[in-house]
Amino acid sequence: MEQDSPILEVRRVTKRFPGVLALDGVSFDLRPGEVHALVGENGAGKSTLIKVVTGVYRPDEGQILFNGEEVTFAEPRESQAAGISTIYQEINLIPLLSVAQNVFLGREPRNSLGMIDKARMNRDAAEILERYGIRADVTAPLRSLGLGVQQMVAIARAISVDARAVIMDEPTSSLEAREVETLFGVIGQLREEGVGVIYVSHRLEELYEICDRVTVLRDGRVAHTGDLAELSRLQLIAHMLGRELSEVQEEGATGFGGEHETAREPVLVAQSLSQRPRLHEVSFDVHPGEVVGLAGLLGAGRTETAKAIFGAEPIDSGSVRVEGKDIKTGSPGAAIRAGIAFLPEDRKLEGIIPDLSVRENIVAAALPKLARAGLVSEKAQDDLVEEFMQSLGIKASSPNQPVRELSGGNQQKVLLARWMCMNPKVLILDEPTRGIDIGAKVEIQKLVDDLAAKGLGIILISSEVDEITEGSDRVVALRDGTVVGLLSEDEITESNLMALLAHGEDSGHGGQETREDADG
Amino acid sequence: MDSGARPNKSLDASTVTSWVRGRGVYVAFVVLVIFNLIVTPNFASVVTLSTLLITVSPIVLVSLGVALTIGTEGIDLSVGSVMALASAFLPLYLGYGWPVGLSVALLVGVLAGLVNGSLVAFVGVQPIIATLAMLVGGRGLAQIFAGGQSLPVTDPVILWLGQGRLFGLPAPVIVAAVAVLVVGFLVRRTTFGRYVVAIGGNRSASYLSGHPVRRTLLAVYVISGLLAALAGVVATARLGASDPSNIGLLIELSAITAVVVGGTPLSGGRVKVVGTVMGALLIQLISNTFIANDLPFTWAQVLTAAIILVAVYLQKGRGVV
Repeated sequence: MEQDSPILEVRRVTKRFPGVLALDGVSFDLRPGEVHALVGENGAGKSTLIKVVTGVYRPDEGQILFNGEEVTFAEPRESQAAGISTIYQEINLIPLLSVAQNVFLGREPRNSLGMIDKARMNRDAAEILERYGIRADVTAPLRSLGLGVQQMVAIARAISVDARAVIMDEPTSSLEAREVETLFGVIGQLREEGVGVIYVSHRLEELYEICDRVTVLRDGRVAHTGDLAELSRLQLIAHMLGRELSEVQEEGATGFGGEHETAREPVLVAQSLSQRPRLHEVSFDVHPGEVVGLAGLLGAGRTETAKAIFGAEPIDSGSVRVEGKDIKTGSPGAAIRAGIAFLPEDRKLEGIIPDLSVRENIVAAALPKLARAGLVSEKAQDDLVEEFMQSLGIKASSPNQPVRELSGGNQQKVLLARWMCMNPKVLILDEPTRGIDIGAKVEIQKLVDDLAAKGLGIILISSEVDEITEGSDRVVALRDGTVVGLLSEDEITESNLMALLAHGEDSGHGGQETREDADG
Repeated sequence: MDSGARPNKSLDASTVTSWVRGRGVYVAFVVLVIFNLIVTPNFASVVTLSTLLITVSPIVLVSLGVALTIGTEGIDLSVGSVMALASAFLPLYLGYGWPVGLSVALLVGVLAGLVNGSLVAFVGVQPIIATLAMLVGGRGLAQIFAGGQSLPVTDPVILWLGQGRLFGLPAPVIVAAVAVLVVGFLVRRTTFGRYVVAIGGNRSASYLSGHPVRRTLLAVYVISGLLAALAGVVATARLGASDPSNIGLLIELSAITAVVVGGTPLSGGRVKVVGTVMGALLIQLISNTFIANDLPFTWAQVLTAAIILVAVYLQKGRGVV
């Protein structure tokens, strides 16, 4: 049958970047008429694989076969010409041009004089959109359409070039439910036409709805390939997170100790936080001395929840209360004054100010406190910096060293110092140990424990399962921006957590309080 | 980095480059002064020195403001037009006394800064576009308000700002020196100065540290507008008449050059106040040198261009351009 000869085949491809092995002997194949899910957590190598296939990167080792022949694409244009279309998460179209102009960008139909045949272009574009059930005025400028429709136009453009393989990177992230239906219709059509579709998404429902096979990447390697129907959600998540279901987990892999004494009155209450389409009615509370883990897969809304509480992103509705008082949402300044601290996930992008010194980075948040009438007190500043460089063991040649020269672990400690010197009541840690060496990792985990012991309320976000299960006193599980369950004390086990992430409220573990919040 | 086999040599080279990087503008300035002492007749005279300082004063004033905007990863292209606006308004209200005339002229600069700053901080227009609009529109407005003509300024207090002396020091130089001290103090000792470099260094991080990002941006453009207006007043006073068509023409280019050559990276995150002053002195000294030695001025422009490229190249080594 046709299925025996794949459209696209990746053979033992390896791709190295300075200090990172992004792909390590990855093999992958795409058959005609199949929808192949490509999944994995952050840094698993999904984007690198796509970029290798489309010619953005050259593989260091291994081969790529397209229609049975070995190919080397020097740039994305060549892979496109060969018949591989890619639809990126962000829309790569020109907002001011019309829908038809966008669909035919770069390959406009010409008349006998060599001029663009506008009438034919509009007619053909309308026909293409019609064929896939996309409703839009082809003469309207693209930007006058909703994001979802724009995404559909991008898809129409990609498939109208007679592609043999279509790569869709999170195509539904900006689509409404109804548009997702249309997209699935389009994918069904492509499948009938014998086109192979690589479908990247972390929404499990979608995968099970339209994908035939799945390849799970983890740390640059293929963790699993096979028919999706034969894989339970739990197994899929286990592959993504690198856990064996039968594996008995020993405690002590992390620097976290046991449970903490927690007070009765919550220090922080997040009530019905909504930020459509990413968060829906997220509610939970944190008690002093308690570590609350926010668990979820990529895109579940963990960082969004943290940023909503901290005021770094505006929210549609909901409230945040600290020690019983409502705080102004959408303002980090107000959150900080109320005693909330937030260590962001992306240290480089949102944390350090690279060219400023260790000293200036540490006191960044405390500046208003250290200043009188807008004047910075050097003495108060130096005392604080010295205290925290010592207590956290920050290794720098001097407080004046630019923070960019420090190791990842030390940069993270500088950021922790920035917040600890504020004496916060609530500390939100978004992936505090990502990308730092094991020594610093254990130190930071211990520190989190100590801080909780001192009575801080801590919200811990981590993609590492053991960090969540060992570090947390309670776990709030998120899926698609909704709280799907709650685990406390003895319920916090890896298998319970994975069950929640896989099935949400029908898993039967905890989550009673939040169940009515979660929509079916 | 590429010569791993010769660690000592590469270390030396990088030490030298990093030393020059921090002090390049001083080195260039000293070299040029020595050159002038040898070549230019009557260079080491009070007259030469005071001419240099007086001519450079307006450039220093606007450069300080531009340095602050560049420090936040922005830019202010409108300084020349704001000078023209201040120049146009100064004579219009001098009839009510010099305090009124001066206040109105400075207020016009503050208003221009408020417009620039609001566009940048609240509307989210790119600084280069917002201030480009003010560059184009500001001079037009200045000419409209001045009725397309040059008006004389006769108020003695205002004239003193351009032509007077105190303890033998020319007044424009005193005004510029005070501005340097104030801006230097702002940058080094106040929370505002910290916010400026934090916003320029990493705007998200600054915002997430609770810094008042929008307010700071607004303030930066207002200060730049105020300093430009002050420069416009000084230049008008020196001429003894308003001249909205010519005052401050193309000064934004000198200012950006002074700032960049002085070691403030265009990508923001740092503000070099003294470096900016030296940068302004350097480019003024280059053109003075060419004029004093009867060399074609066009070559001064070529040399300035070369210095800009070297400055930018040295910054690039740190990956900041």
